[in-house]
Amino acid sequence: MTVLERYEPLIDDVEAFREACERPLPSAVRVNTIKTTVERGKVALDDAGIAYEETDWLPGLLRLPVDQPGANWPYVHGWLHGQEEVSALPATVLDPQPGERVWDACAAPGSKTSQLAALMDDRGLLVATDNNMGRVSALRSNAERLGVTNLALTVEDARNHSLKPFDSEPYDRALVDVPCSCEGTIRKNADVLDEWNYEQVQGTAGVQKGILRRAIQATREGGTVVYSTCTFAPEENEAVLDYVLEAEDCRVVPFEIGLEAAPGVTEWDDDHLDEPMAFDESVTHAKRIYPHLNDTGGFCCAKLEVTG
Amino acid sequence: MSDQATNVSTQFDRVPATAAERTVEGRATRQEILDWFEERFGIEPTVFESYTFWERGAGKIWAFNGDLTSPVDIEGLGMTALRTRQEHWKPTLEAVQRFGHHATKNRLHLTAGRAKQFMAGEDQEIDWDGDWGYLIVTHDLAGEPEPIGVGLFTYGELRSMVPKGRRREL
Repeated sequence: MTVLERYEPLIDDVEAFREACERPLPSAVRVNTIKTTVERGKVALDDAGIAYEETDWLPGLLRLPVDQPGANWPYVHGWLHGQEEVSALPATVLDPQPGERVWDACAAPGSKTSQLAALMDDRGLLVATDNNMGRVSALRSNAERLGVTNLALTVEDARNHSLKPFDSEPYDRALVDVPCSCEGTIRKNADVLDEWNYEQVQGTAGVQKGILRRAIQATREGGTVVYSTCTFAPEENEAVLDYVLEAEDCRVVPFEIGLEAAPGVTEWDDDHLDEPMAFDESVTHAKRIYPHLNDTGGFCCAKLEVTG
Repeated sequence: MSDQATNVSTQFDRVPATAAERTVEGRATRQEILDWFEERFGIEPTVFESYTFWERGAGKIWAFNGDLTSPVDIEGLGMTALRTRQEHWKPTLEAVQRFGHHATKNRLHLTAGRAKQFMAGEDQEIDWDGDWGYLIVTHDLAGEPEPIGVGLFTYGELRSMVPKGRRREL
């Protein structure tokens, strides 16, 4: 059984799923509203002779032809940032407001971080954490090109994130876009499945649980935490949500998006498991985005409210 | 106060408000930074009203849109905005792109062809009868002047200060 076949019991239209996973991923750019407006960003693309198509769910997120454009003026000015379409979803679900305190727990290389900053109008406190110094350098470079100035960067294991440098105050919102098995990126990285093994799924799920727990602890009562991955594995999605529902004061809440999605699953069985897994009913509020549903990469996203 | 007697290059220290509050020798003050942006480029201090300035690394000034308790031992705070601790202070390309549209003087506008040369890191001869030193270089983007980066003007020549990693052939 191939890795993707493992998930076929979860999918409504297996043929369409298989076909979509074979196709190259369309590229997309997000207009950076810290430095320009969506209108001027589009004019600059027109002037540079770069064709684009607007997505129908997020203003300023533009699909480009399959040929990647080379260097161009709007990019050099930080008016644009290359970002896969579906990866623009979790920041919009988190919906941070100007002036709030926000944590991006697994931030590098910073596409979602800079999107959060733009949604905050570059005001308030945005703390971005990653555990890899090299990746943090890439994050800093992206953030500076995009003109982000409300950002504080920490290099640490997100599971042990300290609020001490930030006056020990909790966050209003946190984005937990964790490292994962990444099957959802198959359309841009065909090798991703070569490295797949079940032990790694289990190990990764352990890390994901730790990071999500820390994010819930660091967020105030009534605050919002968004959990997202680019894997189809229930072990790394619903199982992680089910775990934190037991371990921390929080609930999984419904939300609306402008993309086609399937609900989170409450049951999962697989040859790797001794017995089937069952999850809390509320994990059905999570959204599973398969590549064939919107012609994007694969993704999973859940919204949690902190209750204690 | 948490100001230390010497500059610690791995942490962020908020710069003192004025020279009277300075405890670390050679450290720029908030007042000096605001005055410099206003005198050099005509950027009004109100532009930076919500900003705090921090030193991390000798002379490297970071602009952060907010405030925290100083010192802060983290890896980044806002954006690098300015190099001080040398005779001529030098703004970063990122700060010029972010705040340069507020500038009313020492702005040099380039034609499309010259802007490409500048972005590629090339020096060029140019007619400029304004001040020598660091200038904010602009060109037209989407129909309006937009700051690209920092140029150094001396002896009839504009030198591109675009850092190597940011240079592009357009």
